[in-house]
Amino acid sequence: MNKIIEKIVLSKDVKQYIVECSAIAQKALAGQFVVIRICETGERIPLTIADSDKAEGTITLIVQEVGKTTRQMGFLEVGDSILDIAGPLGTPSEIEHFGTVVMIGGGIGIAPLYPITKAMKAAGNKVISIIGARCADLLFYQDLMAAQSDMIIETTDDGTCGRQGFVTDALSELIESGERIDRVVAIGPAIMMKMVAETTRPHGIPTIASLNSIMVDGTGMCGACRVEVGGETKFACVDGPDFDAHAVNFDLLIQRLAMYLPEEKIADEHFCRCSSAKEGEKNA
Amino acid sequence: MPKVAPKKTPMPEQSAEVRKKNFDEVPLGYSEDMAVAEAERCLQCKNKPCVAGCPVEIDIPAFIKKIAERDFEASIRIMKEKNLLPAVCGRVCPQEEQCEKVCVLANKFEPVGIGRLERFIADWEAGHMTAEVPELPLATGKKVAVVGSGPAGLIVAGDLVQMGHSATIFEALHEPGGVLVYGIPEFRLPKEIVFREVDYLKKLGVEVITNFVVGRTRTVDELLEEFDAVFLGTGAGLPWFMFVPGENSMGVYSANEYLTRSNLMKAYKFPEYDTPIAKGKRVATVGGGNVAMDAARTALRLGADESIVIYRRSREEMPARDEEIERAEEEGVKFQFLTNPVAYHADGNGWVTDVECIRMELGAPDASGRRRPVEIPDSNFKTPIDTVVVAIGNSPNPLIAQTTPGLKTTRWGTVEADPETGRTSKKGVFAGGDIVTGAATVILAMGAARLSARSIDEYLKTGTW
Ligand SMILES: Cc1cc2nc3c(=O)[nH]c(=O)nc-3n(C[C@H](O)[C@H](O)[C@H](O)COP(=O)(O)OP(=O)(O)OC[C@H]3O[C@@H](n4cnc5c(N)ncnc54)[C@H](O)[C@@H]3O)c2cc1C
Ligand code: FES
Repeated sequence: MNKIIEKIVLSKDVKQYIVECSAIAQKALAGQFVVIRICETGERIPLTIADSDKAEGTITLIVQEVGKTTRQMGFLEVGDSILDIAGPLGTPSEIEHFGTVVMIGGGIGIAPLYPITKAMKAAGNKVISIIGARCADLLFYQDLMAAQSDMIIETTDDGTCGRQGFVTDALSELIESGERIDRVVAIGPAIMMKMVAETTRPHGIPTIASLNSIMVDGTGMCGACRVEVGGETKFACVDGPDFDAHAVNFDLLIQRLAMYLPEEKIADEHFCRCSSAKEGEKNA
Repeated sequence: MPKVAPKKTPMPEQSAEVRKKNFDEVPLGYSEDMAVAEAERCLQCKNKPCVAGCPVEIDIPAFIKKIAERDFEASIRIMKEKNLLPAVCGRVCPQEEQCEKVCVLANKFEPVGIGRLERFIADWEAGHMTAEVPELPLATGKKVAVVGSGPAGLIVAGDLVQMGHSATIFEALHEPGGVLVYGIPEFRLPKEIVFREVDYLKKLGVEVITNFVVGRTRTVDELLEEFDAVFLGTGAGLPWFMFVPGENSMGVYSANEYLTRSNLMKAYKFPEYDTPIAKGKRVATVGGGNVAMDAARTALRLGADESIVIYRRSREEMPARDEEIERAEEEGVKFQFLTNPVAYHADGNGWVTDVECIRMELGAPDASGRRRPVEIPDSNFKTPIDTVVVAIGNSPNPLIAQTTPGLKTTRWGTVEADPETGRTSKKGVFAGGDIVTGAATVILAMGAARLSARSIDEYLKTGTW
């Protein structure tokens, strides 16, 4: 169970895993996620289900190596298993024929954006995708996204790929060009989603953001994932992760995401020490 | 009355100074001689009021008699006829409100330490015997899905397999045990004990599937396609907040999160274990129940200099067990009674720095019979703190109710079930434990589970609803 059957390096620090997990594959819908734990001493982290295959009984997970757990996951190879996977969690994304939808993905956010884009396309929408990252090395899934989009715009902060600038620059131009937009879906760093919300707000374009708050159980049991939407406290893991971006308190989300930064550093250092100690043992 | 020692045989425990710095169990348990001495205090009353005081009707005088006779094997056998989890119950049951409350000795002296003896005999078994698997009846071929692996789920599953049915437990988390593993701290209930009990159930033939969120991974209706009946024992896992300003600041936890990080995820062993937790120096816990006591005492063990309990009524109304309140006091937990948080203040980064409380006074009794706390106008004051644990209560997680058409719930979010049979409004679906009663106790969950197991058995045999 939970065996990794394929592992691909998508970009610097971003890896894709296809994992055997039939029970979840049968049920997964766009916008849902799993919570995983990779070893007995491990923490529980949420990962979006980037794709699923009912017939094969597999799900696709995409991981950016940003901390201890994700780095440790990077050491897992084909044939290894992930200790625990629970899901599919969260309320699925709202998929309808809206008309024209603009799908915006920033960095690792492109992974969770992909299944929603696919579903939006299948629902008959005209899909315009804007995907961006800091630099070309961090961009991935361009072809997959292009295949699901009527038009795709790529941006990088440093101009190493696509047009230079932020995804919001491309979005602003699109809006100004007079393109009729019925819905925007944005997934990426909290600050990016905030900027997207600010860009669409004056135009009254319905905008959805998928909130990546810190989670523990992912089932509504702990409240670690609390976010404020329209002045009310919501649990991102069950009430979301998708919310009306114009009502989200992004500043609070940004603050709360920083809650364990000092500990994350300690965990990372501890991990480096332990793994180099293990290397040492092997070499001795 | 024959001559009996007026007080319970004391149980050795870690001193407050030592224990508040570690997560090891506080009471250390009886030796055989201590247990025999305590057992000899029992009057062996013919009418057995204690048995009537026990929600699962353990034959208390009988198991105690066998301890007095040093026939420990016979004692544990009597215990297990009625209670599959004595090591757990001996530690966490509120005996002072049940069996020990009605003990005849209690009229004059301290009651018999029934809980201590229960714990002794369970630990004795763990140390001296490999738990024997009783002979099971012929398989009936009927299959039951048990949702949730807290005390309710464990007991239902254990009883059903002993009636010849197959039982599969589906648990959302990665570890079975429910509140016993994620909520109640190691220093009150070592997880080892829960794992031992779960292992025993597995030996009996119970199948345990973890990481399975009913309502998401499969719905109750889908389970009903594969199983002949479903038992819901999913507890009361949704934490309440007060929705006061600043409550979403960093450093403010629900008790569920705080305790889950510490217990289930072993954050107290960070960075050996990966899950972090705020190791606050000044920790405020809001609430007055067992959960609040567990959180306030956990805070000390995580290194707090000060651990303050904020409660809106007075000590008398606190729902926590006296024993737990006393232990907390001994360890240095401070109590701020008749105060209630109205806001949390945070620094520029969003980390909580102060709790603002208002003073309360007690007015007329409310529905619960306890005097209702009323705010005293303009009595606000601030207390500097760096971590907060909100422990004001829990209700059932709505996930199952939302995904199960035909399952009736009350306006408190609990599932409607017949208290005698556990039958819900939906055919083939039974429920018991905190999901029905709202947050209650381990033993009540076990009692309800036992009744449900009986009526599930009946339903499986007759098919009538
Ligand atoms: C911190 C704390 C301290 C306590 N102290 C005491 C004490 O000293 N004495 C005492 O008697 N009682 C105490 N209690 C109360 C006691 O623990 C509960 O009353 C008891 O555990 C209820 O048992 P249960 O089986 O109904 O539910 P739980 O123990 O809550 O178990 C429910 C299980 O179901 C799982 N679940 C939930 N939803 C799903 C789903 N959709 N699919 C699959 N699985 C699901 C949960 O993950 C959980 O494992 C305490 C509670 C807490 C939180
Ligand atoms: S992650 Fe625990 S409630 Fe959302």
